[in-house]
Amino acid sequence: MISNRTRYLTQNVAKVLIWTAALLTIGVMMLILFQVLAEGLPVLHPRFFLDSPKNMGREGGILSTIVGTFALTLVAIVFAAPLGVGTAIFLREYTRETRISRIIRFGTDCLAGVPSIIFGLFGFVFFVIFLNMGWSILSGGLTLAAMILPTIISTAEEAIKTIPYTYREVSFSLGGTRWQTVTRTILPSAIPGIFTGIILSVGRSIGETAAVILTAGSSLVMPTSLFSPIRTMSVHFYILAREGISMEMAYGTGAALILLVLIVNTAANWLLNRYIRHRV
Amino acid sequence: MQELNTKIEARGLNFYYGSVQALKNINIHIKERQITALIGPSGCGKSTFLRALNRTNELIPHTRTEGSVMLDGEEIYRPGLDVVGLRQRVGMVFQRPNPFPKSIYENVAFGPKVLGIYSRREIEEKVEKSLKAAALWSEVADRLHTSALNLTLGQQQRLCIARVLAVEPEVILMDEPCSALDPIATLKIEELMQELKKRYTIVIVTHNMQQAARTSDWAGFFLLGELLEYGPTADLFTRPKDKRTENYVTGRYG
Repeated sequence: MISNRTRYLTQNVAKVLIWTAALLTIGVMMLILFQVLAEGLPVLHPRFFLDSPKNMGREGGILSTIVGTFALTLVAIVFAAPLGVGTAIFLREYTRETRISRIIRFGTDCLAGVPSIIFGLFGFVFFVIFLNMGWSILSGGLTLAAMILPTIISTAEEAIKTIPYTYREVSFSLGGTRWQTVTRTILPSAIPGIFTGIILSVGRSIGETAAVILTAGSSLVMPTSLFSPIRTMSVHFYILAREGISMEMAYGTGAALILLVLIVNTAANWLLNRYIRHRV
Repeated sequence: MQELNTKIEARGLNFYYGSVQALKNINIHIKERQITALIGPSGCGKSTFLRALNRTNELIPHTRTEGSVMLDGEEIYRPGLDVVGLRQRVGMVFQRPNPFPKSIYENVAFGPKVLGIYSRREIEEKVEKSLKAAALWSEVADRLHTSALNLTLGQQQRLCIARVLAVEPEVILMDEPCSALDPIATLKIEELMQELKKRYTIVIVTHNMQQAARTSDWAGFFLLGELLEYGPTADLFTRPKDKRTENYVTGRYG
């Protein structure tokens, strides 16, 4: 039998270790945030957001890269969200465990583990060259869509999985069709979970660099159509820093990127809470 | 005594979960506008039989049904039957109250809406009528648009009954509807059943012997997947033909 002394000692050691882990994590995160914001915030004048880059980004602002980031992310979500949620609904509601559903699930699991540069290469070969879309918002957006699809499918599947079986049973027993059951009972309850997956994917799309640089290009010109090449904020940051163009502007872009992600997440949370409250 | 119409007739009904046979050659006539109670120990097949009557069993993977069930003389297992329409005619109340996480109004309106009624006025009428028929209206009339999950369990179960009534079924299947309720809520449901019996055919599965005796007109005793005995409730409880039925209803078995 373990003595009480040992038990309390173990308990205290465990407490110290767990606190250390938590504090280290938070500390590192704060350090990164502090460093980027300390270097970047002084650059963030309103003009920085409203002007497009000049002289390769040494001067001016980052407006065209903000537009590029939003355009790319929007295209990615517009394609990936319906496809991903549709696949999740198919897997959970329209098919039982079959060879096909297992293959789809295995495929998405594999895709989820593929590094983004591989998606970039695929996008370059397939969208940019083979489909002749060139470096463009569309090529980049579709590449990102392929990259975030697994996340959306698996989070949506998880969300749908947690809906009690009785909702389906009741809906069917009241004469609901499968589609009505999905749209009127399952989706309304699963939307918070699905939405969370989509927001995660938005974050990944905004931050993605490797896949984007190969498929959307790095043009600083303000885009005019889906076929325009663009440079996103993260690509801008990467090029400014890596090519030694301007560390000052790089940090400014970084700080703006962090703020953008913060704003998107806050807005998403607010929307989600509103939805949950209004559903009674 | 006037001849009662048969609402549901099962003939040679067998049901399998995988290789396990849960129902063995069930033959029964369920009478119109009567309350039929199905009793028997857990796992005897009474709930499975109930679910065979609106074909919700087949939502479970790896199951198989053989034999015949007629509703008003029409085979419900014939290929090509409109299962969605069948389930509208044969409503179901479940063991645990299971309202949707929506408002009281939306719960009752769910059925009419999926059946394609879009007129707001018509839906409101149905909601009111169903809640009144389920003896819940006076308790919830002033808070129709609040969450159904804030109701007591007994109220939730009556809401589930109202939700079924709103699709205007002919038969109501009840799967141990009172097992999660306290005695007062149970009594309310039982009173309600007597009221509903005037318009609907009710089949109820219950573990509560007194409930079966109090409420039903007909009773069937299931054991190990077989319908051992079926007849007027009074006969089954006071003059059971089978020794095993007698043991069960007198509480010496089960």
